[in-house]
Amino acid sequence: MLTCKEFLQELNEYLDETIDAGLRKQLETHITECPNCWVIFDTSKKTIQVYKGMEPQSVPKDVEERLMLALQKKMAAKCGKVKT
Amino acid sequence: METGDGAAVFDDTALVNLARDGDTSAFEQLVSRYERKIYRLARHITDSESDAEDVLQETFLKAYGHLDGFQGNSKFYTWLVRIAVNESLMKLRKRKSGRTVSLDEPSDNGDEPLVREVAVWEGNPEEQYSNEELRSILEKAIQSLKPAFRTVFVLRDVEELSTEETAAALDLSIPAVKSRLLRARLELRERLTRIFRKKGDDVLAYL
Repeated sequence: MLTCKEFLQELNEYLDETIDAGLRKQLETHITECPNCWVIFDTSKKTIQVYKGMEPQSVPKDVEERLMLALQKKMAAKCGKVKT
Repeated sequence: METGDGAAVFDDTALVNLARDGDTSAFEQLVSRYERKIYRLARHITDSESDAEDVLQETFLKAYGHLDGFQGNSKFYTWLVRIAVNESLMKLRKRKSGRTVSLDEPSDNGDEPLVREVAVWEGNPEEQYSNEELRSILEKAIQSLKPAFRTVFVLRDVEELSTEETAAALDLSIPAVKSRLLRARLELRERLTRIFRKKGDDVLAYL
């Protein structure tokens, strides 16, 4: 029988599903019997999900323009077309 | 590889090879493929838009300048991330000159991760909040973490690098990545629970 402390120590691997089957079974048993650990597991899983679901926003136009300008300068210099 | 309309889509390695041979538009394709992620990563680590812009530029300029040094035994994106992480950490260190920003020794590395708030969430945050509100909540929560923890979290759970890739990018051991990730996840869970908790759901005593 796992303690809550042991459950927490294995939580990462459990969330990432990188845990071996035997230990997973023990963790699953633990959360059916311990409501606190179930809540911690559930809300940790949701925490990761909301972050993974966050799409990167577009780079602001002016930032992108300056990036492309700097890059073109570097590219031109590399090709030897422009001496800097 | 071809898309439905017949336009060729090159994978990263093919684009890198073309860029090495002087095809500048190939490198521009790589930029447009990853600029959003690199900019987001830089913003997350530096917590500054102007620093993030510098990091974005430096990352792609360095990548372009060192294309010949790219071995191809790691993914191009992972290689970019390593450059961006280094640039971002340099920004942090510069800004906090005098105070050290260390990725090696978090100052209050307690033995056990903290769990205080134990409450179920009210529905699904993605349905409860607008994209903009949710993004702002999530970003503020990340910024509340110390750099040593948020960097690991951002690489693992936002940019979705593997534990091994994260360890390599940050020059950390695998156990260090794992323990920091657990700590970061639990701290974020804690913060988000304070916002997303079901109203009236009492905190249960955690033993």
